[in-house]
Amino acid sequence: MEVEKFYYDNKIVKNFIWAAIVFGLVGMSVGLLLAFMFLFPNLTDGISWLSFGRLRPLHTNAVIFAFVGNAMFAGVYYSTQRLLKARMWSDLLSKINFWGWQLIIVGAAITLPLGYTTSKEYAELEWPFDIAIALIWVVFGANLIGTILKRRQRHLYVAIWFYLATVVTVAVLHIFNSMELPVSALKSYSAYAGVQDALVQWWYGHNAVAFFLTTPFLGLMYYFVPKAANRPVYSYRLSIVHFWSLIFIYIWAGPHHLLYSALPDWAQNLGVAFSVMLIAPSWGGMINGLLTLRGAWDKVRTDPVLKFMVVAITGYGMATFEGPMLSLKNVNAIAHFTDWIIAHVHVGALAWNGFLTFGMIYWLVPRLFKTKLWSTQLANAHFWIGTLGIIMYALPMYVAGFVQAFMWKQFNPDGTLTYGNFLETVSEIMPMYWMRAIGGTLYLVGAFILLYNIIQTVRKGSKVTDELAEAAPLTKVTKARTSKEGYHTWLERRPVRLTIYATIAILIGGMVQIIPSLMVDDYVPKISSVKPYTPLELEGRDIYIREGCVSCHSQMIRPFRSEVERYGEYSKSGEYVYDHPFLWGSKRTGPDLMRIGGKYSDNWHLNHMYDPQSTSSGSIMPSYKWLLYRELDKSMTEKKMQVLVSLGVPYTEEEITNAQQLMDKQGAAIEQNLYSDPDFVKNYEADKKYAEENGEEFIDMKNREIVAMIAYLQRLGTDIKAKDEVDLTINKAE
Amino acid sequence: MLKFIKGNLESIDGVEIYPIISLLIFFIFFMALIWWVSTAKKEHIREVSNIPLDNNQNEESL
Repeated sequence: MEVEKFYYDNKIVKNFIWAAIVFGLVGMSVGLLLAFMFLFPNLTDGISWLSFGRLRPLHTNAVIFAFVGNAMFAGVYYSTQRLLKARMWSDLLSKINFWGWQLIIVGAAITLPLGYTTSKEYAELEWPFDIAIALIWVVFGANLIGTILKRRQRHLYVAIWFYLATVVTVAVLHIFNSMELPVSALKSYSAYAGVQDALVQWWYGHNAVAFFLTTPFLGLMYYFVPKAANRPVYSYRLSIVHFWSLIFIYIWAGPHHLLYSALPDWAQNLGVAFSVMLIAPSWGGMINGLLTLRGAWDKVRTDPVLKFMVVAITGYGMATFEGPMLSLKNVNAIAHFTDWIIAHVHVGALAWNGFLTFGMIYWLVPRLFKTKLWSTQLANAHFWIGTLGIIMYALPMYVAGFVQAFMWKQFNPDGTLTYGNFLETVSEIMPMYWMRAIGGTLYLVGAFILLYNIIQTVRKGSKVTDELAEAAPLTKVTKARTSKEGYHTWLERRPVRLTIYATIAILIGGMVQIIPSLMVDDYVPKISSVKPYTPLELEGRDIYIREGCVSCHSQMIRPFRSEVERYGEYSKSGEYVYDHPFLWGSKRTGPDLMRIGGKYSDNWHLNHMYDPQSTSSGSIMPSYKWLLYRELDKSMTEKKMQVLVSLGVPYTEEEITNAQQLMDKQGAAIEQNLYSDPDFVKNYEADKKYAEENGEEFIDMKNREIVAMIAYLQRLGTDIKAKDEVDLTINKAE
Repeated sequence: MLKFIKGNLESIDGVEIYPIISLLIFFIFFMALIWWVSTAKKEHIREVSNIPLDNNQNEESL
């Protein structure tokens, strides 16, 4: 048979590797900065774009989409070409994929610190980026499928299936969760509200973990572990079961992020059941990965690549054991909102994604540059520092999580909370935050060692941009050959059908969750006393979103005695019907704010935003000084209200027309309240006088951002009071 | 007050059929999967699982 000569595109792989290393270092450094902000809350005092709430989404997005994303593309582009014995379908598409993705990352790095965010976790980027991500993703998918169609290897190896499932599912998730209506170029409102938004968001959030951080990396595991160990995967049959059951089950498990919340019970239980089932395919995959090293364990002692991979797979096993456990309601009652979750995700991110990426880079770079790794010793040093870093990071966070949970729930014999002041539970875990910061530092140092080692390796090696390969083209499959093949063998030859079946598998779970969540809107009992936000409160809420308050403060009181005692009446699904987007949050670094309205005076809020430590000694909340000086931008208010009307929020024409007067009136009332504090009067009048004397423009307090923020905070949770229960009506009774 | 968080779906018509359909989908799916896997031919499995190791000479030289 005639053999064809062709070239593998190595340049695209190298580009993605460099991007993964550089953005990985950036993302981890931002993470470390955030870790130090727990210890020194005012580390970046007064700099709005370096404040905790704005950097936190930058950290998560950089690590997930820039570090892990670029590493995934590097691995996929390398392995796909070799597994299919074909160059990528189109060099142009490869380039668009690379440069488009980097542009989106740069755009994220600029807009997130500036406060342009949707506030939905791991989907914070505003709508123009959502469209760009969708387009680049289609480019990636087209390039992958195009390559599959012109392949020279008849059967599709299991890694390719994982890549295909990734492409299809991420597209579906991203599109559904990004449904939003733009107000301006960088501001939009989620099309969903409250419970529905929460359900869609965590269906997305959970599956972003599943299909962005897990399935592509499992594909990489199934390719690079056999390569590094130089033996085939332990059980190919197991990998088939692994693939189909993983993608079939994963998609259902999203609601386990919302246990004990105002989400309907049926959805919570569905999420729990599927999460528990998930352990089977996950551990099947882990065992398959580890047993691939059968007979090669001696190599693990000397080869840093295998060391990284073993810890990565072990981390995968730990995180996927912990996941189902955390989704049990009784465990979740303890773990949710605490630092336990931070430990959990970092075992996944640092060990599974990080170490698999490092192992892959140490294996790939010498091969791409036709040389040996510059220093195996340094790679080993990286391995040990990194491993120690993971342990130093995760263990204290587990302890912190338990301490928080138990202190939050501790009662005195007389029925009062033992630690009624939330700050007591914060100061107790400060040593844990210190250890976490040290662990994070170690891990980052390891990553810098990798950078140095790789630079030296590249300098020593020679660049092969297009690598020559030979393979025979595919011949027509004759009847005689296929007469005895099994069904799956047949399917493995048909990428399009394989893709369609994989899509059906994820859509079944997706639809069972998404269709009811689209309908749940009509079934959430409406509470007649719950009204839309006033224009000023709406603007305040948008500042709350901009500053990323949701990173540390939940707005979801679970129906536990300890939470009702601490925060007030538990949250009802009907209270969120006008929340576009929902702001339930996932972490309580600070207390829940669901019923903060009316709890403190307007002055308290002003002083607290200016200097949190002055009102709450020992607080680790950073100062939000700029809110006190900045003028509130009221130019978009009417537009915002109109957009919300089209999403179903019942603002009247009159309210929209009078928005400016309404804001002025409510702002003036708050300004009036603030005058009750003599200190405020003294400072404020002094500022006013100074501005007058120096001919500077003076912004009245009622027109500043802080007033909108106070208006919003004072409204929170006040629409229903427990004593009014009898007055509530629900739509069922209508 | 539990009516505000419970039973939000009970008013959907024919909601009882959902769990039964779900169970059937699952049962059939996994039975089919097991059937596929168990009937796969040994030599085919060996061939496919060796695809990643089917190298170019230049990669193996390292």
